[in-house]
Amino acid sequence: MGDMIEIRWHGRGGQGTVTAAKVLADACLSKGGYVQAFPEYGPERAGAPIRAFNRISDHAIRMYGPVLHPKIVSIADATLMDAVNVTEGSPDDCIFLVNTSKDPKEVRLKLKAKDTQKVFAVDATKIALDCFGRPLPNSSILGALCKATGVVKLDVLLENVKKSFGKKFAQKIIDGNIEAAKRGYEEVREG
Amino acid sequence: MGKIVAVTGNEACAQALKQINPDVCAAYPITPATDLMQRFSSFVNDGKVDTELVLVESEHSAMSACIGAAAAGGRVATATSSQGLALMWEMLYIAAGTRLPIVMPLVNRALSAPLNIHGDHSDGMGARDTGWLQFYSENAQEAYDNLIQAFRIAEHLDVRLPVMVCMDGFIVSHSIERVEYIDDADVKKFVGKFVPVHPLLDLDKPKSYGPLILTDLYHEYKRAQHEVMTKAPRVVLEVAADFEKMTGRKYGLFETYRLEDAEMAIVVMSSAAGTTKDIIDRYRDKGVRIGLLKPRMFRPFPFAEMADALKHVKAIAVLDRADSFGGMGPLYSEVAGAVMQMDSKPAVTNKIFGLGGRDYLPDQAEYVIDELITIAKTGKVKTVKEYIGVRE
Repeated sequence: MGDMIEIRWHGRGGQGTVTAAKVLADACLSKGGYVQAFPEYGPERAGAPIRAFNRISDHAIRMYGPVLHPKIVSIADATLMDAVNVTEGSPDDCIFLVNTSKDPKEVRLKLKAKDTQKVFAVDATKIALDCFGRPLPNSSILGALCKATGVVKLDVLLENVKKSFGKKFAQKIIDGNIEAAKRGYEEVREG
Repeated sequence: MGKIVAVTGNEACAQALKQINPDVCAAYPITPATDLMQRFSSFVNDGKVDTELVLVESEHSAMSACIGAAAAGGRVATATSSQGLALMWEMLYIAAGTRLPIVMPLVNRALSAPLNIHGDHSDGMGARDTGWLQFYSENAQEAYDNLIQAFRIAEHLDVRLPVMVCMDGFIVSHSIERVEYIDDADVKKFVGKFVPVHPLLDLDKPKSYGPLILTDLYHEYKRAQHEVMTKAPRVVLEVAADFEKMTGRKYGLFETYRLEDAEMAIVVMSSAAGTTKDIIDRYRDKGVRIGLLKPRMFRPFPFAEMADALKHVKAIAVLDRADSFGGMGPLYSEVAGAVMQMDSKPAVTNKIFGLGGRDYLPDQAEYVIDELITIAKTGKVKTVKEYIGVRE
């Protein structure tokens, strides 16, 4: 990992998107990097579009403020592609990851992604429902993000999912989230 | 070596308070400082600290209780933001005038009206003249480090004054970033045992606090307060030297970045200094000789040291995250004061930025540097005070 990697997350309030950014920061920190994770603070309502950001680097991070040119855009709710400009500021080598049941090729068309940009799709909500019975897609998205971007290794991520959920939830929920992260990693498809 | 963690600025400051274990905290919640004291109150609840937490009905009462507890002979801390600090206003002067070493993280936030919960320095700058020492932190690590050093500085027998440790609301207080914690035992050793001076609770030696002093000696009292402030920088540097021995992290009265051979300088505090450093690197790569000076200690203000650090530059832009309406930005006024002590007189401009949490983006730093290049060439300043990052 050379330069700083900047990530923008699009989600809806209550979906766990901010938690996903936090878990990713923890995972990247535990392998010795420098990290930032922060949401954009606005009116905090369940269901409202929200953005969160990560910066990950081998060197100290000094830049504050929103990520303007994300190397990775992770979209936790496919309906946001119609509601907000999810491709704003995306560079030519941007990687998009979308939580959707649709075919990744269809998603590519929807995003009007450039040929140089990569598009991945994962049915993260379905995986979450299968694994722990609640439509909270962040663990499966994080698994998919590992595979699609290589920003962190799966075993490091799983450890941090365990740590993060271990503080608040029962073993059944933790195991379900671990399983969801693994399945996200396996089931993500490029289009 | 301590533990490396990914935490928010608030979390890091709560951790510092936990490690310091003050005798008394009196607090009232206000965004964005709420989260800091709420985390600390969990430590109290869970028995991780011995602190007596006094939950009061306003910030005026919070500071009043802190003053009472400090005069009684305790190590005392609280935290606040914005309107909370504004409501403390009269008590801030009493804490300083009574020379009580209270330590207070101030999570910087804009002032009403209009209501705004986001970060700017209006609150801290409003307390500029209260007699508190003020430190501004660029990131969560600095907020944590400054808070630990603050107790040593405040309680030093040559100082014995209250200290505010500022960080940018939300931008730092609520962002998760890498922080290196110091081991509990090392913090405890560094801060040392609290030694009460003239405690009210020493009943064998009764004393009185808060006397009436009229025209006979008030003027002398205030001069004495000024004299004490002039002793603070030496203590601040001593404490910083000890801190560097413990952690390897170096602190001064201010930080300079690529300033030694610079032709132009930006003076800016807190998180915006971090962003500015990244942009300075980009201009340096193009051969532009631009540097940065980031004040850490705003009160007392290190005029002479700053004049020396800036003496070789031709043009300076001072970026204020607060305004004095109808006047100049508060940081500008201080830097201008320092410039007046120089033989060379660089051109100085004042940019007001980031009020109410408006993002300080790279293009704003670029605009400032581009203008500085022209000013350094021509020696002419078109507009002394200007708002940047304004939506037109």
